[in-house]
Amino acid sequence: MAAGGNGQYDCIVVGGGHNGLVCATYLARSGRSVLVLEAAERLGGAAVTREFAPGFRVSACAHLLHLMPAPLMRELGLAGHGLKLAAQALPTVALSADGAHLRLAPGDLSDLAQHSPADATAYAQWQALAQRLTAALHPVLAEPPPRLGTGSWRQRAALLRLGWQIRRLGRRDMRELLRIGGMCVQDLLDERFESGLLKGALALDAVLGSNLGPRSPGTVLSLLYRIAAAGGAEGLAQPQGGLGALSEALARAAGAAGAQMRTRAAVERIVVRQDRASGVVLASGEELAARVVISSADPKTTLLGLLGSEYLDAGFVRRVAQLRTRGLAAKLHLALEALPQFRGLTPAALRGRLLVAPSPDYIERAFNHAKYGEFSAAPMLEITVPTLADPALAPPGKQVLSVIVQYAPYALAAGWQGQRQRFTDLVIDTLAGFAPDLRRCVASAELLTPPDIEREFRISGGHWHHAELALDQFFMVRPVPGAAQYQAPVPGLFLCGAGCHPGGGVMGLAGRNAARQVMREAA
Amino acid sequence: MYDTLRFFTQSCADLLDEYFESEIIKAHLAGSSIIGTALGPRSPGTAYVLLHHYMGGIDGAVGAWGFARGGMGAVTQALAASLTASGGTVRSSATVEQVLVRGGRAAGVVLADGEEIHAPVVVSNLDVRRTFLETVAPQHLPPEFLAQVRRFKIRGSSGKLNIALDGLPHFPAIPQGSPCTRGDLHVTDTIDMLERAYDDWKEGRWSRAPYIDMLIPTQIDPTMAPHGKHYMSVFVQYCPYQLADGGWTDARRQAFGDTVIETIARHSPNFKDLILHAEIRTPRELESEVGLTEGNIFQGELTFDQLLFNRPIPGYAQYRAPLRGLYMCGSSTHPGGGVMGAPGANAAGAILADLRRKA
Amino acid sequence: MLTASEPHYHQPLLKTPFHERARAASQLDSFVAWSGYSTVDVFTSVEQEYFAIRNASSLYDLTPMVKYRIAGADALRFLNRLVTRDLSKTGPGRVAYAVWCNDEGRLIDDGTVFCIAHNEYRVCTAERQLDWLSASAIGFDVEIAEVTEEVAALAVQGPTSCALLRALGLAGVERLKPFELGQFALPGAARPAPARIEMMVSRTGFTGDLGYELWMRPADAEGVWDALMEEGRSRAIRPVGSRALNIARIEAGFLLPNLDFVSAAHTLRVGTERSPLELGLAWLVDFNKGHFTGRRALLEEQRRGPTRQLVGLDIEGNKPAHNALLYADRSGRKPVGSVTSATWSPTCKRNLALAMLDAPYIALGSTVWAEIYLNRELVWERRMARARVVERPFYAPQRRRATPPADF
Ligand SMILES: Cc1cc2nc3c(=O)[nH]c(=O)nc-3n(C[C@H](O)[C@H](O)[C@H](O)COP(=O)(O)OP(=O)(O)OC[C@H]3O[C@@H](n4cnc5c(N)ncnc54)[C@H](O)[C@@H]3O)c2cc1C
Ligand SMILES: Cc1cc2nc3c(=O)[nH]c(=O)nc-3n(C[C@H](O)[C@H](O)[C@H](O)COP(=O)(O)OP(=O)(O)OC[C@H]3O[C@@H](n4cnc5c(N)ncnc54)[C@H](O)[C@@H]3O)c2cc1C
Repeated sequence: MAAGGNGQYDCIVVGGGHNGLVCATYLARSGRSVLVLEAAERLGGAAVTREFAPGFRVSACAHLLHLMPAPLMRELGLAGHGLKLAAQALPTVALSADGAHLRLAPGDLSDLAQHSPADATAYAQWQALAQRLTAALHPVLAEPPPRLGTGSWRQRAALLRLGWQIRRLGRRDMRELLRIGGMCVQDLLDERFESGLLKGALALDAVLGSNLGPRSPGTVLSLLYRIAAAGGAEGLAQPQGGLGALSEALARAAGAAGAQMRTRAAVERIVVRQDRASGVVLASGEELAARVVISSADPKTTLLGLLGSEYLDAGFVRRVAQLRTRGLAAKLHLALEALPQFRGLTPAALRGRLLVAPSPDYIERAFNHAKYGEFSAAPMLEITVPTLADPALAPPGKQVLSVIVQYAPYALAAGWQGQRQRFTDLVIDTLAGFAPDLRRCVASAELLTPPDIEREFRISGGHWHHAELALDQFFMVRPVPGAAQYQAPVPGLFLCGAGCHPGGGVMGLAGRNAARQVMREAA
Repeated sequence: MYDTLRFFTQSCADLLDEYFESEIIKAHLAGSSIIGTALGPRSPGTAYVLLHHYMGGIDGAVGAWGFARGGMGAVTQALAASLTASGGTVRSSATVEQVLVRGGRAAGVVLADGEEIHAPVVVSNLDVRRTFLETVAPQHLPPEFLAQVRRFKIRGSSGKLNIALDGLPHFPAIPQGSPCTRGDLHVTDTIDMLERAYDDWKEGRWSRAPYIDMLIPTQIDPTMAPHGKHYMSVFVQYCPYQLADGGWTDARRQAFGDTVIETIARHSPNFKDLILHAEIRTPRELESEVGLTEGNIFQGELTFDQLLFNRPIPGYAQYRAPLRGLYMCGSSTHPGGGVMGAPGANAAGAILADLRRKA
Repeated sequence: MLTASEPHYHQPLLKTPFHERARAASQLDSFVAWSGYSTVDVFTSVEQEYFAIRNASSLYDLTPMVKYRIAGADALRFLNRLVTRDLSKTGPGRVAYAVWCNDEGRLIDDGTVFCIAHNEYRVCTAERQLDWLSASAIGFDVEIAEVTEEVAALAVQGPTSCALLRALGLAGVERLKPFELGQFALPGAARPAPARIEMMVSRTGFTGDLGYELWMRPADAEGVWDALMEEGRSRAIRPVGSRALNIARIEAGFLLPNLDFVSAAHTLRVGTERSPLELGLAWLVDFNKGHFTGRRALLEEQRRGPTRQLVGLDIEGNKPAHNALLYADRSGRKPVGSVTSATWSPTCKRNLALAMLDAPYIALGSTVWAEIYLNRELVWERRMARARVVERPFYAPQRRRATPPADF
């Protein structure tokens, strides 16, 4: 729907990341006129596919789809808007230096049973418990968090619902949730399992994207969270055409609902008139008016950069400034002339997600370096070879390898400038420890450090979750108290990106929850 | 309210970054966040441990720590005297072997020498692991509860040196005659140093550059040493209960002590020459001599999963054991360790309430 | 060994640059701690000092006031977002009393803002504020430096104060209007001070009377003190301590942190922090100037209407109602508030108090009852005294405003 009579939109969405697109779709479907303004040349934010070497394309940031709840995808009609999955229910292969890798596939614990019969049983039990716990958590993720201390009936009802949700687990599970919720994942894994590879794989899931190690309290919750997002159905998928194809489908859904979208339209500032957000000014100087502005840019950028502290209270500004937003995940893309040979793996097994995280101790040691501003001497890796399921991403016969590398601190003490090659070599050498002929296959490499991610995707600190997803920046206090209901303190300004509850990853819930909040508060 | 929420979840380093800019002040304050704790200052939850150490107060100075004349022993002597004056009896050298159970409820205790003492209420000051795994026969407890007790984390991370000195050591960094030596002396250069000290513990070795918290109480209370001599109490963080490269031996204990002494000597040139005797205590000795399981100073770690309603065991945070007549009152229970007395007082409250209900 | 007189830990107190003079002038040696300095509580007698303020000239050492220099391209924008009133009207040469709040619209502190030049200010506060000022500076191009120890300050207050300063050679000081400041020089020649002394003078004070505040370099402090004491002899000048000042400030209706309100930065209990609206400072809150910290919360509070307010009370009898609880009627059954500051006013001859009262008792003219304890030669009696809500300030002499002030 076009802008109203006076050129004013009902809603302007700043940033066309996946959350911005989801939010725009719901708002447009409610009959509002919606304009999405994206600074980059394409929509999708950190969920995009682009060329990184002549003829080679890759999911430039996020590379696996596993958090977006199926009902949300159905609601948005993504299949109808062209989304195809090149692969789904991908297995995870935990690589072992001795070639005795552990393969975990949904519903198939046979390989685990080979490694440790006890763990196969214990893992099934854990999955069952995690299912029950995350079934209770999922509705919490799919709704705006309640606000404390307001006394309004709606907030009270939300708190009660939350309490009931947890009570419904039954006394035993509830107590277990309250016990393990704040625990470090290593203790949980040590309580339950013996296989280092299994523990390493689960610990990776618990710390991926965050400034935490397996011994950091709170990491059990991150693990549960990951499962809870998708509504308990943890399945790794790879969209045909990469994550960018998902964003394109989201954009088509938004367009079909009537939203307008403009790329290369960087918002310079959010306009405030009479203590209300009333539109935006673009870098070009163009001013656009709207009744409501919703930003999917990260909270620091939105509140301190685009809005500005003069419109906000000082205590609130301090909290935003203190948000921990320094990313630790880097991305390495390799253009390969041929498929390398991984010891102990058939080429078919390479279709899965490969992990270099042989034990929680390995990850903890990798994390140790990050605490002192160094990159890991032996990094933790999450690897995909997307061209196996989706050959069109590379010239015929050639392959792409996409690696998430942790830990690569944003503020490297030595500075990234002189360290890029060393770091790239380190990752390739680590991979070559499993695939000795890898070096010979590499035609070119692209490294994205957190500062690169900050620049390319306009995310403060290049952080996976826009702001660290840890207990002190969680749920009712995410991103900060005073803005945890998607609503900035300035009337008419909302947030809808990964910095909000329930956090980052290509999940879409922040966008959907925010849209609901806008409809409720700015009817 | 939100600040409270954050206190329980934040890391001490993050908390201090929000308030201070000076590295040395942050490091100094961070010391309290790791004492007795198997976490580093950058671990979420350590902001709470910091708070835990500021919970008390001495003579009206909130958060202040004080000395007891005659040492900590004087505090417990006074407590014992108070108990006796209130009509209680204390027997020492009386090791409890078993809690007597009759008709599904605690009925007294059996001592190591076989003596039976009967009472309708038994209160255990031991940590939960010792209480339920060593003194109560398993058939009297729900298996699930026992499984939780086995999971209760009680890892030791601290060592202690008691050093007899021929004179007062000189610390060039402290101006001569300054009252500073009378207080608490810390070796904490930076938060990173504390964090690296923790990294060593994770790897199953004592910190190569440990956090040291030392006192020379004889400057204030000369009764603790012969005339002209001094006693130094040195608290060391981190020292593991189990070494990665094999068990503790006398030689290793000595090497641990040497690390600590060398660290202090770096700040005090005449320190080593003054040492008459050094008693070195690793978590092993704290366990075998003081009876603290694994040498954990709090009778159980102070992490979220073992705090508040989770302490010691989810569902059993009310000082009542799942066996009628049996109660817990040690530091394993809420609010935790330190010479504070709150767990004991709270437990008494719970027991009296039960007795009243019956009466 | 620890000797008995030593405190648990050392809490050093600074001495102001006037300390030696104050000690020499002090008969009682009654010093108290104020913001990390030791300052005089009473020199000789509270009454004599009080009357020096009201009937002659008084000297009060206010060096411990915490002072900040605030400068930079955004200094005005920064301050206007910090405080609740509009400072854009406070140009160079002007001073403004202001308060600032936290996000919830609860008072953190009050103070005076001196506009020294365009985008250069000095802010004087009761308590140290660097933490809050720094938080408030995020996003603003402004430099904040504490200059407490770099500036000595002396208040010269009383009906003869202007005459005194003129006699000392501060040419043109009589032209300063209330809340104006200027740069002046104390000529060297005939004074005990050897050379010219430059200083800033503002027509401000905490007495509600004619008076000035002198801001100088610490090195010049004693010279200024000596000159004032010498020249002031014929005008019955007296150094005064904080007890006498406290009577004057209650008469003038000024608030004192920790007596009339507790800073929201320090309160621990829920509901004990105060908003400027509750403190009767609505005139300092400008909702139309643009955003400032606490604005949205205060707007909401204004919309809901007051639940309690700080008011002035005139109480029957002459026994100050220190810490008195207030009740709706004589029976003392329904508590409606409490007294925060109380004094017998020697000038107004009225028994005055500032009190926090619940609505609806806050309306002018309404009556409540104060529970006062009387000590009659160590025999204590409880009295219920009628207290009427009256206008503040209780005492506001014409000379406070007159420019030029009368000569003496
Ligand atoms: C290295 C890395 C790997 C990851 N891998 C995965 C993965 O495999 N699977 C997964 O689920 N998640 C992954 N994530 C996380 C995931 O990518 C993000 O959490 C998610 O994409 C965030 O989506 P969003 O819509 O909230 O924000 P974004 O995608 O960041 O979108 C915000 C948009 O706002 C735009 N914008 C910002 N400022 C302005 C402005 N001033 N004007 C106009 N537009 C502006 C940006 O250009 C951007 O398009 C990964 C993250 C990283 C860093
Ligand atoms: C090195 C070190 C330094 C410390 N420094 C400080 C400090 O400076 N300040 C501070 O406040 N706290 C300090 N603490 C912590 C503090 O000492 C403990 O948390 C506190 O003493 C615990 O008290 P409790 O009564 O709960 O348990 P405990 O003191 O452990 O009491 C349990 C008692 O039960 C007895 N017992 C065990 N088994 C049996 C049995 N079977 N039968 C009969 N009796 C049994 C034990 O002998 C012991 O006397 C320190 C601890 C350590 C280890």
